[in-house]
Amino acid sequence: MTDVPAGEALPKPPLDIVPLMLPVALALAVIPLIGSTSTWVTLTVASLAMGMMIFIMASGLTLVFGLMDVLNFGHGAFIAVGAYVATLILLPMAAWVQVDSLWLNLVAVAPAALLAMAVAGALGLVFERVLVRPVYGQHLKQILITMGGLIVAEQALYALWGPQIIPLPLPAALRGSYVIGDVAIAKYRLLAMLVGLVVFAGTMLVLNRTKIGLLIRAGVENREMVEALGYRIRRLFLGVFMAGSALAGLGGVMWGLYREQVHASIGNELMILVFIVVIIGGLGSVTGCFIGAILVAMVANYGGFLVPKLALVSDILLMVAILMWRPRGLYAVTNR
Amino acid sequence: MTDMLTLRGVQTHIGRYHILHGVDFAVPEGQTTMLLGRNGAGKTTTLRTIMGLSPPSAGDIVLDGASIARAATPDIAMRGVGYVPETMAVFSDLTVKENLVLAARSGPFDAARLEWIFGFFPPLKKFWLSRAGSLSGGQKQMLSIARAIVEPRRLLLIDEPTKGLAPAIVGALIDCFAEIKRAGATILLVEQNFRVAEAIGDTVAVMDNGRIVHRGAMADLSRDAALQERLLGLSLEAHQ
Repeated sequence: MTDVPAGEALPKPPLDIVPLMLPVALALAVIPLIGSTSTWVTLTVASLAMGMMIFIMASGLTLVFGLMDVLNFGHGAFIAVGAYVATLILLPMAAWVQVDSLWLNLVAVAPAALLAMAVAGALGLVFERVLVRPVYGQHLKQILITMGGLIVAEQALYALWGPQIIPLPLPAALRGSYVIGDVAIAKYRLLAMLVGLVVFAGTMLVLNRTKIGLLIRAGVENREMVEALGYRIRRLFLGVFMAGSALAGLGGVMWGLYREQVHASIGNELMILVFIVVIIGGLGSVTGCFIGAILVAMVANYGGFLVPKLALVSDILLMVAILMWRPRGLYAVTNR
Repeated sequence: MTDMLTLRGVQTHIGRYHILHGVDFAVPEGQTTMLLGRNGAGKTTTLRTIMGLSPPSAGDIVLDGASIARAATPDIAMRGVGYVPETMAVFSDLTVKENLVLAARSGPFDAARLEWIFGFFPPLKKFWLSRAGSLSGGQKQMLSIARAIVEPRRLLLIDEPTKGLAPAIVGALIDCFAEIKRAGATILLVEQNFRVAEAIGDTVAVMDNGRIVHRGAMADLSRDAALQERLLGLSLEAHQ
């Protein structure tokens, strides 16, 4: 590509760091309330791990909305399907999963996660083509038909696997905790944080450093103009939809392992959290979604410890507070 | 002279509203055709309809002998149609360079062409790596036009490029359009500023209430003050 010597740059808009500081401020603010440092560290690590898992599930949904204004209430189906598909590999390979060897565990878990992503992505393709495509631009119909899709997927899982809860034991090497002083940090939570950070970094890299990413960002801002430049935005959207579905499938596997069980309504249950995260973050913003997920998880964990009765409404209260402060979410990227 | 673009009886509805009521006109190849008319006459909708963004409900649009009335916007763009919307629609989160990278469909930039564009619009070179959102209104308009011409296009649809811009920038745009035409492109330009229309138009179509009410040479309309008054509501003072 021809490079033009950069002239003087216009002043960049100041980086809006207030949302970035929110999780830090929240974590520091609760220290005196919690009292014990070890409890605080445990709760904070739990929040970050849970936040990363929710982020993995929500990141695709925020781009799907930002790019095509599609409200997909069926996103939870990909979470549930991902978790169930993982059991297809992890349960028969129980011997490898239960050996206390990280490598053998990974040989079982990695293909399970990849298969879950592939199946969830393929289901995303079907979902987009059959359910979403006929209702572009019609929000009410989108809600109804995608909600219907979620119900059908959930019932199909019941039909195929039966109504019972399926235990999904954590691999042996990922059980237990690292103990530093009097602080115990669960190994699996560290892994969840790591995977979440990798997904976040990968998504940001694609969005900022590749032509596909430029197109997605441009499409979120003005899809008509992207089409007027000669790009088929629906094809791009289908790709984003499938990638988002695959990530939801990965999130489902991780959540299933976290809870050590899988049931058909897992997706339905998580959808409320996922939607809150997408709304808090600013529809279409991956960074906002990342921070929103951490905030939601922190409020759930700290709130659950400090005021257990508040846990039922804490996420809704968080959403109300953030939207009163910033009505379009932490980072508004679309004009919708 | 052959017509590159022909509209025949084009009708367009947007939601419940009937905006275009049978638009007929042609854009001769290699010329600059001005589309004039009062606010709300349907000029922007006409450009959007040609581009496939507001598809016609009746009538036909023919580009280079083939109908594009039912074609999708990306297909119309790939036939060599560049579009500069009234809103400019630069991608504000992307840099000047990234905006042009997306517009250069066939791959890497043509260095000579880029320099040609920088010749008209020096600020684009100066702010090459700055976010488009931080450019001034005039600079955004330059970027929007540069995006449409970063690769050679057969037909350019340009919607009110001089709206709200300082006279010095308007002069640069007039020079740019003349140069683009010399380079072989055909232009259909919506314009409110009659002075600009006079300076660059070869042919003209005037719209009112979703119909074409006058077609002819720009020079003829330019000479006929009474016709201007009747068609555009221009008083003599308005373009003294």
